[in-house]
Formats: sequence, C-alpha cells, structure tokens
Amino acid sequence: MSASVLFDSPGPRARALMTVFNIIGALALLAVVGWVVYLLYLKGQWSWTLWGPVFAGDFWVYYVWPGLQNTLRSAAFATVGAVVFGVILGMGRLAHNRVVRWTSGAIVEFFRAMPVLLLMIFLNLLLARMLPGLEDRLFMAVVVALVLYNGSVIAELVRSGVRNLPKGQGEAGLAVGLTPSQTLRSIQLPQALVAMLPALLSQLVVVLKDSALGQIIGYSELLRSAQIFGNAPPINNLQALLVAAVLFIVINWLLTVLAQRLSRRLSSRGRAAVAPTAIDAGAVAGAAPFTGGAGGRVGRV
Amino acid sequence: MRKHTTAVALTAASALALSACGTAEPGDTGGDGGDGGGETITIGIKYDQPGLGLQKGADYVGFDVDVAKYVADKLGYGEDQIEFVEAISANRETMLQNGDVDMIFATYSITDERKEVVEFAGPYFVAGQDLLVAADDDSITGPEDLEGKNLCSVTGSTSAERIKDEYAEGVELVERPGYSECVSALASGAVDAVTTDDIILAGLAAAQEDPTAFKVVGNPFSEENYGVGLPQGSTEQCEEINAAITEMIDDGTWEELVATHTDGTGYTANEELNPPEPAACA
Amino acid sequence: MGDYLSGLWTVFEEYDVLAAFWVNIQLTFWAGLLALALGTVLAIMRISPIASLRFVGTAYVNILRNTPLTIIMTFMILALVFQLALQLSSNLSDSYFRFAVLGLAVYHASFVCEAIRSGVNTVPLGQAEAARAIGLPFMDSARLIILPQAFRGAIAPLGSVLIALMKNSTVAAAASVTTETASTMKVAIEFNPDYLMEIFGVFAIGWVILVIPVGLLTTWLSERLAVKR
Repeated sequence: MSASVLFDSPGPRARALMTVFNIIGALALLAVVGWVVYLLYLKGQWSWTLWGPVFAGDFWVYYVWPGLQNTLRSAAFATVGAVVFGVILGMGRLAHNRVVRWTSGAIVEFFRAMPVLLLMIFLNLLLARMLPGLEDRLFMAVVVALVLYNGSVIAELVRSGVRNLPKGQGEAGLAVGLTPSQTLRSIQLPQALVAMLPALLSQLVVVLKDSALGQIIGYSELLRSAQIFGNAPPINNLQALLVAAVLFIVINWLLTVLAQRLSRRLSSRGRAAVAPTAIDAGAVAGAAPFTGGAGGRVGRV
Repeated sequence: MRKHTTAVALTAASALALSACGTAEPGDTGGDGGDGGGETITIGIKYDQPGLGLQKGADYVGFDVDVAKYVADKLGYGEDQIEFVEAISANRETMLQNGDVDMIFATYSITDERKEVVEFAGPYFVAGQDLLVAADDDSITGPEDLEGKNLCSVTGSTSAERIKDEYAEGVELVERPGYSECVSALASGAVDAVTTDDIILAGLAAAQEDPTAFKVVGNPFSEENYGVGLPQGSTEQCEEINAAITEMIDDGTWEELVATHTDGTGYTANEELNPPEPAACA
Repeated sequence: MGDYLSGLWTVFEEYDVLAAFWVNIQLTFWAGLLALALGTVLAIMRISPIASLRFVGTAYVNILRNTPLTIIMTFMILALVFQLALQLSSNLSDSYFRFAVLGLAVYHASFVCEAIRSGVNTVPLGQAEAARAIGLPFMDSARLIILPQAFRGAIAPLGSVLIALMKNSTVAAAASVTTETASTMKVAIEFNPDYLMEIFGVFAIGWVILVIPVGLLTTWLSERLAVKR
C-alpha cells in the first residue's frame, strides 16, 4: 500500500477508526456546504433566472470566448517575451563583463521587487504618454508588465540552470578553444533551457493568473468579461465569476500536470531538471520519500 | 545548436512585433484615430451600466449608446460604421489623449479639471448625484443622513468622496468595480445606500428582477453635465456635435430616448436643467 | 524649479505614501501568520496516513493555487459579504481589510503547504526511519522529527512565498481595500498626471526597500539554519 515510511499501513482497528472519522469529517463538511447553499438559497442565488444565462450561448459567444482569447493572447505574448527577456538578462548575469553583470542584476532585482499590478497601472499611463496613438494600449501594458516581472524570474532560472550543469560542460567548451561567451551560448545555455522547460511551464501558470490583474486597468480579459456580463440584468455577478474561476482553474491545472509530466520525463532521461520550485531546496529529483513524485514542487506564487 | 537557438529567438521576436495585430472582439481598440472622412468611428461607452451603456450579447444598449448613434449618424457614420469600445471611468482621459477613441459617451461629467486635458461637446443631459436605498428605508432622505451608514460607489469615482467631504464625515465607503455589484450589496443589506448620478441609479433600479425593491431618494445634491468627450483641439468636431445635439433635442428624439431608457423607473429628468443647451466650444 | 518642487511636495502631502505602505505591511503580516498556520495544517494533511485528509489537502492546494488571486479577492466580497452577509468587524473598512487578509491567506496557504512539503523532502529518509524505529506514531514523528527539520529546509521557498505575499497584498484593491499602495498610486497619478514618473519612482523605491531586505534575510536565514549534513 502506502510507500510512506512515516507510518505503517493501517491495521483493522485503525481502519475502522478512520472510517468513523471519515464519516464524521464528511458530515461536518457537508453541514458547512449545506449551510452555505441554504444561505445562498435564501438570497435567491440558485434561481434559474440567474443561472440560466450562464449556460446560454450568448454568454459563451460574446463574453467568455472573446475574454478567454484576450487572456490567452496576453499570456502567450507575455510568455514569449518573458523568455526572450529572461534569457538575455540571464546571460547578462553570467557575462564576463562586470558592468553588464551588474546592470542585469540590478534590473532583475528591481523588477522582481515590483508588484505586477503597480507595474500595469504605471505602464498603462506611461504608454499613453510616451507612445500616443499606440493601438491596443491596455494589451501592451498588461503584456509588458508581465514580461518585465516574469522575465526577471526566468533570468534567475537561466542562471541557476547554467550553474547546476556539470562543471565539465563549461570546461570542455573552453578546452576546445571556445571563448567563455561562446561556451555559454552554444554549450551551457541550450542544456539549461531544456532543463528549465518544466519550470517555464509553471511560470506560464503565473502569467495566466496575473493576466487577470488586467481587469483592474480595464483590459477586457476573461474576468472583466465575466464582470460585464454579471453587471447586466439579471444581475448574476457571482454566477459569472464562478464560471470564470472554473475556466482558470482547469487551464492552470492542465498546465501544472503537463509541467510535472515533463519534469518527470526529463529526470528519467537522466538530465537534472530544474524543478519548478521557486528555489531549489526541494529539487532532489527522484528522492522524495514522503510526498511521492519527483521532488517536492513548489508552484510559483 | 547555436543556429537553432537563434531561430527560436527570432521567431519569438517577430511574434512580439506582431503583437499589435489581431484583436479579439469586443474590446477591440483599433480605430482609425482620424476624425470624419474615415470609414469607421470609434466611440467609448460604458459596458456595465444598465440604462446608459450596457453590453447585451453582440449589441450595446442604453441612453448614452443611442445618443452616440444619433450623433454619429449626423456626422455621417451609419450604425455599422461605429465601433464601440469599453471606456471605464478611470481610463476616459487617457483613451482620448492616446487616440484610442474618437469620442466618449460614458456618463462623462464636464468638469474644469477634465477640461484641462480633454475637450467636451454638449452637455446632452444634466443629471444630479443622488442616493439609491431600499424601498422601505425612510431613514435616508439625503446625504446628511449617511452619518455612520455604509455607502457603496464604484472604484475611482469622486461621488462617494464628495459625501464624505461635504455632508457626512462618518460615512463608511465601499468601492466596487461595477454599480451592479453595489446594488447586490444593497440587496443583501451589506450597505445602506448606493451613490452616483440619479439617472444611473434609476437604470440600476429598473434592471432588478423586482424594480420596486429600491428607490432613488430624489434629492439630488449636485449638477452633473454629461458631455461628449473629445481629444483636445477638436473644436470643429465639437461644433458639429453640438449642432447634432441641438437637433436631437429640437426634433423630439431626445425626449423619446430619455423616456425609453427610464421607462418603468419612475425617474424624471430635472426639468429646470433639462434638456440642456450645449455650451460653446472652446 | 521652485514650482516643480513645491508641486511635488503637495502631491506627497496629500497622498501619504508611508501610510499606504503600512497598509500593505499589515496585510502581509496578518495574512502571513494565517497562511503559515493553514499551510502547515495542509502540509500535515498531505503527508498524513489518512487518505481522505490527503485528498482534501491535495484538492485544496490544486484549486487555490490555480485560481487568480483577483478572483479569490472578488469572491470574498461578492459571495461572503454581499450574499452570505458575513462581517468580520462592525466597522466596514476593518471588515474589508480582514476579508482581504483572509483572501490573501487562503491563497498563499497553498504555496506555504507546497514549500513545507519541499522542506520535508530535504529531510533524509533515515530520520523518518529512526523515528519509526523508536516507536513514534505519525503525529509525534511529524511534530518532533520531520517538521522541525522541514521548516529549516523550507526557509528559502517560504521566503519566496512571503515576498510574493507582500507584493500580492496590492491585489487587496480588488477586495475594496483602497488605502494600499497600488490604489493610492493610481489616484495620485490620476490627479497629478504631470508627476507620473516621480510618483511611480517613489512607490517603486518603497517596494525595493521593502522587498529586497526580506529576500536577503531569508537567504541568510536559510543558509544559517540549514541542517548541516
């Protein structure tokens, strides 16, 4: 049964006890859920007038789909941009030149310390000032804010990815007469990028979640569309919000699962995957006696 | 190996460069940026205000929307040449300055502060700040009664601050992104009143399943001149719009539109101030 | 020049930057405490012998960490306050503040749980085997042997969660807490568009001052407290 070393497989008495507690726990949970359902019922939140429109075609065609498209579009561009920005900055942090290294470090630390929301609000106003007439300004503000923040995170991933490579890789590059920067670009970086793939996928989850902050500056992504729909009669804010939440959870959950699969695959191929942990404390791939799976995974916040 | 990475980077870069193209509808902020003569006109409206500007599936309905359509028609744009864009309150000046929209009809009060950065045509309607309360609540008849009560308004609006500053210092403010959320709060008793312009409140009350559940107090304590927001330096267009508004008022369309969109709310526009006379363009 | 400086001075006289940051700090402090407690409980559930607890813990983490925080915050207000009419204080703004704390806590608890789990993974197998060998039941071996070491190993990831929590406290704006930094900055710029760069600059510096020491501190702590092996 359970492979955990923390406890024995339960015997008959323990199993019986567990059943009792499971039933009590389930009943308690059911009672809380029932109470909430009842309170919502008192407020008329289960009426079909409020739920019906959420399942009608109009909601999906004119609100969910355009909103989802904008969410995915901003996340896609932000991810591509963040990878480019992150790889450049990450190489900068590994550069030989002290000025380049120091500048890249300062940029990374600055944007990692900035709340994404603060950046979005500022960029929306800055872009209007600096580039008047820019089309799709809200989209750009959302994407650039996400690129700056996530790119800085990826820069750190690149750095740790290269550092975690066997030392011999870099030495071999130098030995065959490549310059340090050639070694970095053609030997170390490609390997580090492959090892980073699962972590990058986890970062995509962060990008998707953070793209919902665009709602606050008025970008018509999924959450904003759901809000607009919920604000129209019959006012069903809560119902529309729940649909948006479920969509986000499903997409992000799929991405998380994909990241875990990929990470397992890479580590079974004998490459040290940079586990999608914020810091590599849990990245003892393959040696996770208590929690099962390949290394404890700290999803990014 | 190196060739490969370069190719990836290139693809990424070109993808980024294309980012300005291809937008999902609605929320499209394209627009030719020019005035008149172009094929389409981009107009900023509210998407979430019942009675004034509301997205209803593929369409937009409300008083502001109909006024916008009328004015656009007079400027030579048919209904299919209008592109509506959401203009949330906090973004209105920025959208005009940036050229995201050609004009804005979004319960946009003409104020001196705003006049410094944008131009206004109109006003086409005069509303007043008022309060929405539960139908059986007789304890609130004006802003002074809000001392110690809970009041809801939308994020980034100055109307709630005005009450705090000028009438009831001890009022507790809640800010939500949409007025309908405020009305939900009022319905559940989480707040005692919702404040904004009377015509918006009337539209909100009428949008409820039970339109008699709430009432507008009917004691407006400010004068909000709804204008058409224009980019600075559009005096010529401003005059054309003013002419259209005057025509709309003279030919009876204005009265008809007000009646249609406040039907069933028990709301009547302040007759002393309405219909307004468009002010001279700057 | 004089006009410029006095104009800038009035901006920061009207908008109290320090007070705004204080709101974010308070949000972070209370939400951090709650998230740590809840996250620890979740981590214990996820490594516990009882399958149903493991299931509940896993489900919680998978749902909460995949939901945008903005949605959780909006949900706090729309569902708990507006529909269920719950109040956490008789004072409305206190009540919203506490709901924001709650929203931040339930979201970050899932990350705290995962951080502690990753800390658990740094504890060598022999430690658990030894605990079992001397006859400790699950709760005792978790409490006395595993978790104390796991917390030390989890300091670095917990530090990143704390930093994320600090920055995410700006999202309290979506739960009607309008006194925090992002909302204050937005309003300040809206009414003083001429000082766009200056206002952002002040808030940005504030965030750097707030976040970077925490990062340095947790790195230092994690190295100092790491169990030497």
